[in-house]
Formats: sequence, structure tokens, C-alpha cells
Amino acid sequence: MLGRLTMSDIPYDQPIIMGAGGFMALVGAVVLGAITYYRKWSYLWSEWITSVDHKRIGVMYIIVALVMLLRGFSDAILMRSQQMMAHGGAPGFLPPHHYDQIFTAHGTIMIFFMAMPFMIGLMNIAVPLQIGARDVAFPFMNSLSFWLTAVGAMLVNVSLVIGEFGQTGWLAYPPLSELKFSPGVGVDYYIWSLQLTGIGTLLTGINFFVTIVKMRAPGMTWMRMPIFTWTILCTAILIMAAFPILTVTFGLLSLDRYLGMHFFTNELGGNQMMYVNLIWAWGHPEVYILILPAFGVFSEVVPTFSQKRLFGYGAMVYATVSITVLSFVVWLHHFFTMGSGANVNAFFGITTMIIAIPTGVKIFNWLFTMYRGRIQFTAPMLWTLGFMITFTIGGMTGVLLALPGNDWVLHNSLFLVAHFHNVIIGGVLFGYLAGFAYWFPKSFGFKLHDGWGKASFWFWLSGFYVAFTPLYVLGFLGMTRRMNHYDNPAWTPYLMVAFAGALLVTCGISCQIIQLYVSIRDRHLNTDVTGDPWNGRTLEWSTSSPPPIYNFAVLPHVDALDAFNETKKRGHEARETPVYSDIHMPKNTPAGFIMSVFAGLMGFALIWHMWVFAIIGFVGIFATFIIRSCSDDHDYYISAAEVACIEALHDSRVASLELTHVA
Amino acid sequence: MRTRRLPILSGALALAALTALGGCGHSILDPKGAIGLQEKVLILTSTYVMLLIVVPVIVLTLWFAWRYREGGPGRYQPDWGHSVRIEIFCWGIPCLMIAYLGYLTWTTTHTLDPYKPLASANRPVTIEAVALNWKWLFIYPDQGIATINEVAFPTDTPVNFKITSDTVMNSLFIPELGSQIFAMAGMKTQLHLIANQQGIFPGMSANYSGRGFSDMHFNAIATTKAKFADWVANARKAGVTLDAADYAKYAAPEEKAPVQYFSAVEPNLFNDIIAKYLGKANSLHSGLGE
Repeated sequence: MLGRLTMSDIPYDQPIIMGAGGFMALVGAVVLGAITYYRKWSYLWSEWITSVDHKRIGVMYIIVALVMLLRGFSDAILMRSQQMMAHGGAPGFLPPHHYDQIFTAHGTIMIFFMAMPFMIGLMNIAVPLQIGARDVAFPFMNSLSFWLTAVGAMLVNVSLVIGEFGQTGWLAYPPLSELKFSPGVGVDYYIWSLQLTGIGTLLTGINFFVTIVKMRAPGMTWMRMPIFTWTILCTAILIMAAFPILTVTFGLLSLDRYLGMHFFTNELGGNQMMYVNLIWAWGHPEVYILILPAFGVFSEVVPTFSQKRLFGYGAMVYATVSITVLSFVVWLHHFFTMGSGANVNAFFGITTMIIAIPTGVKIFNWLFTMYRGRIQFTAPMLWTLGFMITFTIGGMTGVLLALPGNDWVLHNSLFLVAHFHNVIIGGVLFGYLAGFAYWFPKSFGFKLHDGWGKASFWFWLSGFYVAFTPLYVLGFLGMTRRMNHYDNPAWTPYLMVAFAGALLVTCGISCQIIQLYVSIRDRHLNTDVTGDPWNGRTLEWSTSSPPPIYNFAVLPHVDALDAFNETKKRGHEARETPVYSDIHMPKNTPAGFIMSVFAGLMGFALIWHMWVFAIIGFVGIFATFIIRSCSDDHDYYISAAEVACIEALHDSRVASLELTHVA
Repeated sequence: MRTRRLPILSGALALAALTALGGCGHSILDPKGAIGLQEKVLILTSTYVMLLIVVPVIVLTLWFAWRYREGGPGRYQPDWGHSVRIEIFCWGIPCLMIAYLGYLTWTTTHTLDPYKPLASANRPVTIEAVALNWKWLFIYPDQGIATINEVAFPTDTPVNFKITSDTVMNSLFIPELGSQIFAMAGMKTQLHLIANQQGIFPGMSANYSGRGFSDMHFNAIATTKAKFADWVANARKAGVTLDAADYAKYAAPEEKAPVQYFSAVEPNLFNDIIAKYLGKANSLHSGLGE
């Protein structure tokens, strides 16, 4: 019944793991207790867990991302401490069995359960509003996507206290990840948590592709779409093209591990190089899946806070689309050291560099957007400026690695580690944090405290440079990645500096937590009643904050780029008295949540070979889906009178606030 | 504004560190052989070329941000968003740089190809390297000896590594000599290096391979012809031989494996290690053509 799970799979003897597990349990108990105490269960169930509203789903995605950021960052601190201590014969405090799980979990969590949910959260919050839509194309599927991701994240965290996580590195290269070399449950946790979240992501890709293609407000032609929407369109295309590769690759690895097949084994015709090819055929587009939305955020933030239109909109669109296409023809640069011929290596080196051209164009465009602008140094703008400088350096080291001749000495070194953190922290994360601060008032109706946001920025920026500049140097000193201990004393001082950098980042994260606390406590001081706190240019700022469930009482008509800015230029007087009509909305449903719980049960059961529970989970998923499909009760109408009532309430709130301002 | 200059500062520090690294020992920027030297020149050349754009971009970012700040002296043109001249510049400059770097990529990828034998008046030394858990077995087919976790060769003599793995994927890397290449079971990869200075250079596996990975290193000794001959003679005196039956014992997983010499080695052991993964269908000729 319980497969291979026994009491000995819980690492009682590991104080660090038990401490972390105990802490997680404590926090969980406090949260659940508070929900019970304040009698919020039914509110949580009906307004959040079963919600199909993209705005709520977006918020939930970002909560998952922030929690997992804390988890992934704890791993980072452990790794920095270990490498600082474990030299000259000292073993440090983490034995390889534990340390190897930590770097595997760090990479897996930061990419799949921090960056991806953060990005999908932002797109959920902003895209339907930017294109003047009332929801996404498939609201129920959106809920399912989120819960699959959340359940995947749960599985990763469960692995901390029940069993183990993979010890293979975040991409689980075979044959190391095959049963022969990794007989434990670690790789299975890895496979099933990523399969669940991977399918959730694929569904999101489909959902947003259809939403953007089919549901734009009347008049919003392709070349009137905000750049953020453009980047999400391209991201959705990349997800649809790349994530099936990931699913199949892990599927084949599962067949090797569960049914004794030989797709990637050493023996019997298995081909480990095929796995490496496949995983990077997903993995390189994945890099652009992460960075394109960040580029989109910057393209919204720079014009808004420069109070000026974006420079070179057309060039920005073409650059985005060309990056989308090029991202599929560069994957081989991840393994120049595998022994391909010179022509092949050179070809992929050059295609990689070509991506620097559209990316460079984007940097120049943001630069010339600031030119002759009137720049307000808010927190989102600071993240953007920090990005422009940091990402330029990261781009440089990236092109450096794209030359096979350089890569042959820098591959797998800490130089590489420094490079991808340079672009992922300095590009992806700074972008998402800028977007977080930028759209936060849209989601909640009040702004984040700017001072704590700026403090966080300065700690993150300085922390990044202090933590990763030494890693670049260590790469030149021949230090390879994933070392548990080492005996070269020349490396230690650099690792100590890197640890200090991690401490600075800790301060940055603390500032963000304080910022959230202070902002919620003082929300009445930063209230955004108008819905347009930044003097925004795109449609999401034309509705109230938080927007009503139906987003727009009357669907906007778009006749130019930066549609809302054009409306404002014409003056509010020009606005006609709105004529409301009944609004067709999707109903909330628990189906996505229930299917995901069954999926989580199935995943957990497969990891531990509990075949009975695996079958129950599998049947549960499909039974729920069939029951949901047989029901016709999916939608409802909000009457025109009710809409008028909600809108009147909003208008009177705006008016009363304007009055108090005048007084 | 003081803190915003930090990136430049640390960039400059990093560059200063790059140049200072020469003295630190075991750095790829202080190479001891022709391949490593060319790769160092390539790293520096490509870095300097890119700095021609990167530095101006960083300076412009800071300058524009300051000049066009709200309340600053910069002109304000809220509806200006297009200029053919600037857009030609935006696309042109990166194109020019990538055109040059692309040319550099094509030529150096061919000249530095790890599979390309090195031209030299001296007869190359052939070394067959086998990645094991978690140690390196080096076989000298011409000398008939083998070692674990130590390798030696004369200076100014091309070293032809033939590489495979009898376990998971690894990567053979001696940072001061230059390139690395993966070691994979059932396959033979190649790496051609040369040392132009004497010394003891740390070597390692540069691809994570599991629990004992951190200790999977070895010393590469580049020395004179005479001392290399002594080293070979010394190995021959080891009295331990490596034959097919013993091989399994030595191939068993082991952490922090000590250096070991074998005075004789089963002929064709390297090819047998590869062949055992290929099954009967693949003959040595079809699977392992030179």
C-alpha cells in the first residue's frame, strides 16, 4: 500500500532538514490557525481557491513565487556558507548527500517555482487588462494551471522532509539521473513535480496565446498592442513550442526509471547526448520565456516613468519576434564541450551572438526612451536602471561564453554560474520586481511603500555585484561549479566576499518583507482611488484599482498605441455617458483545485511506488474533469443595473477623494 | 549618485582582477600551453571589443537618467518616439560588433578545435583517459603503463587524449592547459593539448558526477623528456598490473582515490571499456572509427 515509503525515509538525524521542516510546519500551522480563527475558510474557498478570475489567480501565482523565492534563497545561503567553510580538508557542515540536493533544489525551485509563477502571475494580472478583455479565453483552465503549479511546488517542499530530492543538478543529466546511479526517490520527486508544473505552464501558454489573439478590444490591431502584451504573446508561443519537449523528455526518463527502458542509459543503445539535446531544446527557449516578459515590463515602466512615449515601438516588436525565432536555434551552445565538429560549434556560437543584436536594440530603445523624458525615480524605475546596467554586463559575459573557444575553458565554471545569475537576477528578477511594484496598486488599490522598495533595490543591486563578481573571478581561477569542498586556498577569500554579497541580498529581501508589511499597514496613505496612480499610458490604468470582477464596464475602443494616454490627452470631458449592458462572466469552480489535488496524490504515489494511490489519483483527475464537462452551469450574467451600481459607487469614491484633496 | 556608480566600479575592479590574476596560480588567464594561451587571447580580445559598446551604454544610461530627471535641465519631448537616424545606429552598432565577433568565432572555433591534432616536431604522447566513480584512469598505450589520478607528459610535446567514461558523464579539464571535453560511456571523445612550461597543473572533472565529484581531481605533470622517461620507468616498477579481471576492482566507486601506478596494462582495455556498452550489434569498426 505504501510502496517503498517507510519511517526511515524521514531524515530525523539531520538537524538542518528537521529544523527547516519544523519551521515550515510552524508557519503552516500559524497560517491555517489564523484562517480558522478569523473564520476565513469559506471566504478563501469561494473567493480564491475556486476563483477563475485572472486577477486573483495572478495574485496567487505571485504568492507562490515569493514563498518559493524564500525557499530557494535559503538554499543559496546554505551553499554560500558551505563553500566558504569547506576548504583545506574541512568538510563544512553539509555532507555531499545533502549539499547535492540543495544545489539541485535551488536551481529547480528558482526557475520552475519562483521565476515561472512570478512571470505567469504578472501576465495574469496585466494582460487581459492591457488588451481590454474581461477575462482570459479559458478561465477554468487558468485555475487548473495555477493549482497544478502549486501542487508541483508542494511536492518539492515535501521532498525536504519525506525522502530526498534529486542530487543530479537542476537538469538531471542522465546517466546520473538513471536508476543505476540515482536509485532513490530524489529524481522521481524532481520528475513528477516538474511534470505537473510543466503541464500547468503549457496550458497557460495556450490560454494566453488564444486570449491575446482572439480577445483584444475592438480597434487594438497588432501594432497597437502594448509591448508587454507583445512579449507575453511571444512567450506563449515559446511555451507552446518548448514545453512539450520537456514533458516528453521527462516522460522518456520516467520510462527508463519505471519500466526499465533504455532511452538515455549507458547500455543497450541508450543515448545520453539525446537527453542533453532535448533538455536544452526546451531549456534555451525557456531562458527567453523568462526574459521576454521582463523586457515587456521594462518597456512599460520606462515610458511611464519617463512620462514619454516608448522610443522605436516597431523596432521593439521586431526585436521581440526575432528573439522568439532565434531562441530555437542556439541550444547547442550549452554543450560545446561534447565534441561536436568545428562547423557545428561555430554555427551555434554565431547564432547565439546574433541574439545580442535584437537585445542590444532593446537596450538602446529604452535608453532613447529616457532621452528627452522627464524621469521619476520610483522603485520600478530604479529596478529598470539597475537592470540596464547589470544586464548589459551579463550580455557581455554571455557573448563571451558563446565563443566556443572561450567556452572550452569556462564551461561549467563559476564564471558560467556568475553569468546566468547576472542575467537572471539582473534581468529576469529585477524585471519581475519592477512589474510587481508597478502593478501592485492595480491589484490591491494601494501603492507599495516607495522608500522600502528603494532600500530593497539598493541592497539587491549591491548584493548582486558583491556576490557574483567574485564568482566571475573564480571561474578564471579554474573553480568548477557544484563543488562540495575544495583544497585550493586561493579560492577562499573570493567565496567569503560572495557570502557577504548573499548577506546583502538577505537585507534586500528583508526590506521587501518590511515593505509589504508597512504598505499593508499604511494602505490608507497610499490609496489609489482613480485606478491610475502612475499616470499610465495603457488600458489597465483606465479601470479602477482593484478592477471590478468584469474589468471594464464598457469595453474600450482603441484607436491608437498607448490607448489610455490618448484618451487622457483628449480630456475626460470627451467621454460619453456610458451605456451599460449585461456582462457575461464565467462561474467559479473547484474543479481545477480538485483535479490538481488528485494530480498531486498521483505524483506522490508514483514517487513512492504506491500503485493503488497512483490509480486513485489518476482516476480522480479524469472523473473530476468528466463531471465538470458534463455540467452546463459554467457562466452567469451581471445585469446592467448591477454594473451601473458598481460604477456609480466607484465614481462617488473618486469624487469624494477629489473633494478631500481640494479641501 | 555615489552608489549608482557601483556597477562601473565593480566592473573596473573585475578587470583589474583579471589582469592581476596572472599571479594567482592555476588560472586560465595564466596558461602554460599554446592552446590555453590562444584561448586567453580570445577571451581578452572578445572582452575588449564588447567593452567598446558596453561602457558607452552604461555611461549613457547613467547620464540620460541624471540629465532627464524630473526637474533636471534636459529638454522634454513627450511625443518624440521615432528617429530613423537613431534606429539605424541602434541596429547598426550591434550588427557591426556581432559581424566581427562572428568572424572571430568561425576562425577560432576551427583553429582551436579540441579534435584537431597539434602540429609539432615532437612525437605526440597518446593518453587514454577513463572517467570512473570518482577518479581518473589514464592508460599510456605506447608505454604500456597506466595510472590513477596522475598524468605526466613532456613539455612542447602534443598530448593526444582519447576520452571515455565507465560511469556517468564527466569532463576532462586541466585549466592551465586549455580546453575541456566530456567523457561519456560507450563513446570516445578527443582532446589535444600541449604544455609549453614545466609544472604541476591541477586537473579535474568539470562536470558534476555525484557524491565523490569534489575529490575527482588529479595532477598533470609537465616535465622534461628525461624526467618523463623516469616517471614512466618508475610506473613500470610499480609491480601492480591492470588486467581485465582486476579492472572491475579498480573501477568500483571510490572517493579521494590515491595516486596509483600500474606497471603493465591489458592491451586494448580502453576500447574494451567502450565496446561493452555497444552490444554485439556494433562492431568496433562501425562504432569507433578513428
